[in-house]
Amino acid sequence: MKILMFGWEFPPHIAGGLGTACFGLTKGLAKHQVDIRFVVPKAYGDENQEAVRLVNASDVTVNMKDSVYKEYWKRIEYMEIGSNIIPYVSPDEFSRILSQQELTKISEDSRVFSNQYEFSGAYGRNLLEEVSRYALVASALATSRDFDLIHAHDWLTYPAGIAAKYVSGKPLVIHVHATEFDRSGENVNQQVYDIERKGMEEADKIIAVSNLTRNTVIEKYGIPEDKVVTVHNAVEPTEKKNINGTSHVPEKIVTFLGRITYQKGPDYFIEAARLILEKDSNVRFVMAGSGDLLEKMIRRTAQLRMGHKFHFTGFLRGADVDRMLAMSDVFVMPSVSEPFGIVPLEAMRSNVPVVISKQSGVSEVLQHALKVDFWDIHGMADAIYGFLHYAGAQKMFNRYGKDEVESLKWEYSGLKVKEVYQQMLR
Amino acid sequence: MRAVCLYFQVHQPLRLRTYRFFEIGAYHNYYDDYQNRFILRRIAEKCYLPMNKLLLDIFKEYGSAFKVSFSISGIALEQFRMYAPEVLKSFQKLAKTGNVEFLAETYSHSLSSLISKTEFMAQVNTHRDMIRQYFNQEPVTFRNTELIYSDGIGEMVGEMGFKTVLTEGAKHILGWKSPNFMYVNAINPKIKVLLRNYQLSDDIAFRFSNRGWHDWPLTAEKYVDWLNQADPKQEVLNLFMDYETFGEHQWAETGIFEFMRSLPARVFSHSDFSFHTPAELAEKIQPVSAIHVPDPISWADEERDVTAWLGNDLQDDAYDNLYSMEEMVRKSADPEILKDWRFIQSSDHFYYMCTKWFSDGDVHQYFNPYGSPYEAYINFMNVLSDFRLRLERGTRPGEAPAFRDIASEKKAVREKPVRKITAKTKITKAKKVKTTPTSEPKPKKRRRPLP
Repeated sequence: MKILMFGWEFPPHIAGGLGTACFGLTKGLAKHQVDIRFVVPKAYGDENQEAVRLVNASDVTVNMKDSVYKEYWKRIEYMEIGSNIIPYVSPDEFSRILSQQELTKISEDSRVFSNQYEFSGAYGRNLLEEVSRYALVASALATSRDFDLIHAHDWLTYPAGIAAKYVSGKPLVIHVHATEFDRSGENVNQQVYDIERKGMEEADKIIAVSNLTRNTVIEKYGIPEDKVVTVHNAVEPTEKKNINGTSHVPEKIVTFLGRITYQKGPDYFIEAARLILEKDSNVRFVMAGSGDLLEKMIRRTAQLRMGHKFHFTGFLRGADVDRMLAMSDVFVMPSVSEPFGIVPLEAMRSNVPVVISKQSGVSEVLQHALKVDFWDIHGMADAIYGFLHYAGAQKMFNRYGKDEVESLKWEYSGLKVKEVYQQMLR
Repeated sequence: MRAVCLYFQVHQPLRLRTYRFFEIGAYHNYYDDYQNRFILRRIAEKCYLPMNKLLLDIFKEYGSAFKVSFSISGIALEQFRMYAPEVLKSFQKLAKTGNVEFLAETYSHSLSSLISKTEFMAQVNTHRDMIRQYFNQEPVTFRNTELIYSDGIGEMVGEMGFKTVLTEGAKHILGWKSPNFMYVNAINPKIKVLLRNYQLSDDIAFRFSNRGWHDWPLTAEKYVDWLNQADPKQEVLNLFMDYETFGEHQWAETGIFEFMRSLPARVFSHSDFSFHTPAELAEKIQPVSAIHVPDPISWADEERDVTAWLGNDLQDDAYDNLYSMEEMVRKSADPEILKDWRFIQSSDHFYYMCTKWFSDGDVHQYFNPYGSPYEAYINFMNVLSDFRLRLERGTRPGEAPAFRDIASEKKAVREKPVRKITAKTKITKAKKVKTTPTSEPKPKKRRRPLP
């Protein structure tokens, strides 16, 4: 079984959990004899390629002179129906025209297309335009590579998935790691929403990372229930690493780690910290990450006069994440909306008890975690306090927490995804 | 003689409210009065009142030919008094018929029998007094919380003058033996032991409304046929169950009331069984042998042991903490302290911390106010921390009364950030130095290192 998979990021170049999840999933699938060709817009060269053959979208040379592309151009005619994609992905009038011009130019001028498409590889200003270009490359790939099924991760790659489906006629699975409602609350970006909806409609099957996300897909995008299946994310097993998790402060450490954005609920963490510090000065709070709410959060902690107990680290990656987690006594994920949320699993893997919001997909798979509503700062404070002070909770967690996480293997999630593939290929 | 012994457990816990850690030391009301009242009222309407009336009707029809026995926990009695006095009255009415035996148990449906003989006996005595007071009966039969029993518990009960104990007919203690005989305690053979026939009991209590059960629907006719199938030499069928079976666990719509209403008539007309209370059985039938129960058993879960309440880290920590205060509670001699200590001893609080239902056991989630065992534990520990604080304040001689202490502490917490601002804005080093030592020891005092 060969899968053409479209992603947007891959470790170590990640801006969020998507890259980590894609990496885990491809590894899990590889264990079940699934071949994957993973396409990302821009490969840096140092990605971990043990599980997948990474195809850099920027490296695909589309050469008109190649005879194969004569065939391709026949298909692109077919894709012209699919050029509906372009207004969807790029409603911006200018870029739409630009793309169309390029398309028409292509048929005339071979030089344009023998150039490599350059992608910036990160979320940028021309995001929508890049999404549509990526889709164009995808269609090229779809003709040149041999595969059975297309799998696209999140909205940035849906147009690519759709394009590849149109060109190849192969079934499309889309994988919903997050929706626009998770990212922006109720103030959705209409363009993004449209792309997502189009992707879900075109897909033959939709995989959601949690029941929470599955419900969003069904309710907010009007997708029939039987088209959407839940496959929970998992976590990589612990590698024997020498992490220096020694804390140099006498206080206990309570950590928030994630993007500091509306979606992650950092403000609730601060309010819970305030409640705890009123009662117990033997705690320090750490907010690790960056995001558009960072300055606001710093101002709020200053306003509460708890700067001496509340620390910001900025964005952490790799070994720093592991170290931060290893130093923590409790990890908190107060997300307002979290389709899955993989960081709590990483924390538990480091033997750190976690307090997570009920509005997270990961809460569906964890028993040995404390779950609170994100807005319930009293409940959150209480849960943190409980883990810090009551020996029974700590003992219980130490005994079972790590085992629980390690039973959430990508291997199992991979098998479920493979079953979805098999159903569709039958 | 062949007997059917009907016994019903009546108990409702005093559920704790959501008690946050920042209330520790400040507020001492632990109970969810609204929930407790609401649930008790609901069960009163659905179960206690209609079922008591039904029993009364049966007594009117058959007189003393029909007999039942109850144990009503002290905490349930207290709640009847507070929230549903008419339920208490209806039980008193039943008592007056002379066909009802009331059994003794621990006042707060506690697990004290497993850890403290003193507390256990004190609670049983309190409960015994309540039975005397409310029902004008002298209890002679004992049944422990959730039928928890061991040889040692049986011996203690004997010391207190009880003649009979009820417990579970657990397979692992019976082996090849049948529960349908009278046994005696392995240490003190004067104590008689009646064992629950879990097959026949659970046919009513659990399976009655289960449409997937091949014997559904259960009728009085069918049930009496089963009673008749018991070996004629066997003397007593002990049908022990939650009283809430009638109308609450099994809704009225399932026909449970009609079943119970028609059962006695069918027993009288189609079998040679008669109804008896445990006290009567103790007089009438001869025990066949001793029953050895070295480790505590109960009627809970598949295991029929005490792991529903004790055994995981959460439960054990909470339990050890709770009972480590026993001596201090006794010394304090404060009725409020003693009352709260008893209330929070309810086995239910430990049941909520059980992690066995992670895999199975929806029974555990029934009436469970918590989302997870961790939540149950943390809430309980918050309450316990406040309780300990009250105890320490109360027993330390020469200290200010508790309420004054709290007031000054709350002030200190509120003032802390304000003081910091002044220190910063003035930036006089001397003041900064001054404020830190005064503000630091205070939180240390407030914080209590936990074992």
